Amino acid sequence: MSATPPERVRIGVLALQGDVREHLAVLTALGAEAVPVRRPEELAGVDGLVLPGGESTTMTTLAVRTGLLEPLRDAVRGGLPAYGTCAGLVLLAGRLLDAPPGQPTLGALDVTVRRNAFGRQAESFESRVELAGVPGGPLSAVFIRAPWVEEAGPDVEVLGRVVGGAADGRIVAVRQGDVVATSFHPELTGDTRVHALFVDVVRQAAAVGRAVAVPSGAGAGAPDPGGEQ
Amino acid sequence: MSSHADVPATPTTGTDRVKRGLAEQLKGGVIMDVVTPEQARIAEDAGAVAVMALERVPADIRAQGGIARMSDPDVVQGIIDAVSIPVMAKARIGHFVEAQVLQALGVDYVDESEVLTPADEAHHIDKHAFTVPFVCGATDLGEALRRIAEGAAMIRSKGEAGTGNVVEATRHMRAIRAGIRRLTTLDETELFVAAKELRAPHDLVVEVARAGTLPVVLFTAGGIATPADAAMMVQLGAEGVFVGSGIFKSGDPAQRAAAIVQATTFADDPAVIAKVSRGLGEPMVGISVDTLPDSQRFAARGW
Repeated sequence: MSATPPERVRIGVLALQGDVREHLAVLTALGAEAVPVRRPEELAGVDGLVLPGGESTTMTTLAVRTGLLEPLRDAVRGGLPAYGTCAGLVLLAGRLLDAPPGQPTLGALDVTVRRNAFGRQAESFESRVELAGVPGGPLSAVFIRAPWVEEAGPDVEVLGRVVGGAADGRIVAVRQGDVVATSFHPELTGDTRVHALFVDVVRQAAAVGRAVAVPSGAGAGAPDPGGEQ
Repeated sequence: MSSHADVPATPTTGTDRVKRGLAEQLKGGVIMDVVTPEQARIAEDAGAVAVMALERVPADIRAQGGIARMSDPDVVQGIIDAVSIPVMAKARIGHFVEAQVLQALGVDYVDESEVLTPADEAHHIDKHAFTVPFVCGATDLGEALRRIAEGAAMIRSKGEAGTGNVVEATRHMRAIRAGIRRLTTLDETELFVAAKELRAPHDLVVEVARAGTLPVVLFTAGGIATPADAAMMVQLGAEGVFVGSGIFKSGDPAQRAAAIVQATTFADDPAVIAKVSRGLGEPMVGISVDTLPDSQRFAARGW
């Protein structure tokens, strides 16, 4: 693609509950325009979406009750770049294990995710995790009652696994197209590299989307960031 | 900026970051007191981020009197087995063995709570000694910082539990937030005096003065009974809400619980609060805090 990525992209953070503020701060520090998303109309005009850490049951219940679930599903299945941490991974999954019966998901990742897979809070931990596509050595990773990816479909790229301990080798970071997810919380540790990778994904996707959106082919002179509907 | 140098190379449990991290995930949410597995499931379905497993809610502790202790392990276990969200449970102030038992049961957070009868009149639990994280109550900034120094990974303003009266929660949340704001205006010399006045460690006082916020998550508790109560506390600076007797002592617990969850998320949107407040039925019968004798004021417990 020859389209030039826009300088500034607008990234929404699902703000029903959870560590929303931390994601907004990291995205802002990386030069993105970060906005909270609680209502369907707030999804319009975002180039990407972060699904934060929190309680997936709470976020799902609120999304269903406020009519946000279907617009979210349409957006991420329609190609909106998304990054989920912890509960965000649960929301993006195609299939869940150890979830309350009938808990809906957005189905943006062809993975089976086990909720609270590492155990209760006493088993929550921090460790270093090496991620494919993230240069600069291992990341500091905090796992809080975290899920893991039990099975990943053929189109899913496994980016990282736990090293050592009882859960050695478990999948904790994946990517499928423009959708990225981690079991852990880079937003809590001050390590901005996974977010930087995602902002880059959003920039590339926005460049392509904006090139397509301008029929004359004047893609490089794309509309100003955030001005797009 | 890479910051992995301070992170262990292999999985390590019970660190400050892990303990405080769970509270970070609960932000914007509602934690509900429950006494049975059925209530726990109602709370989870309503959108609670966690439940507090109890034998009696504070209003009943108040009404029945006597010594209030840690719940029967069967009650706690039954609630742990019933839901997939985090389960908290209360230990008496200073009762480190109750806390050890709750940790052994697998609870996700221990609330060292003034709602129970204190077990030690001078000392709180050394919370650094545990893998399980603790939440503690506070009426002002000094009390909050003393608890954090002892290892609390989350603070809640105390309010006056079991009254259905939000006035004390308001007082304590305002006091904590005003205390933080004041610290940010002081110079280095004045911070030494502030630490002395707050009866809190100087390094922690300096940390709060620089950051303009507590180093742990701040929730509110004690007397929240309506969606508007919850939203007011969030607007006053609470990062989330504990609701005790307010839900299961009301006329329609499931609907009230769902309404308080929604009001907490949309605390800045009066139209949403108006909508969810309609047709909720009877709130819990409240108690005027002015008529409570000092011996029945839970908030005064804790040192």
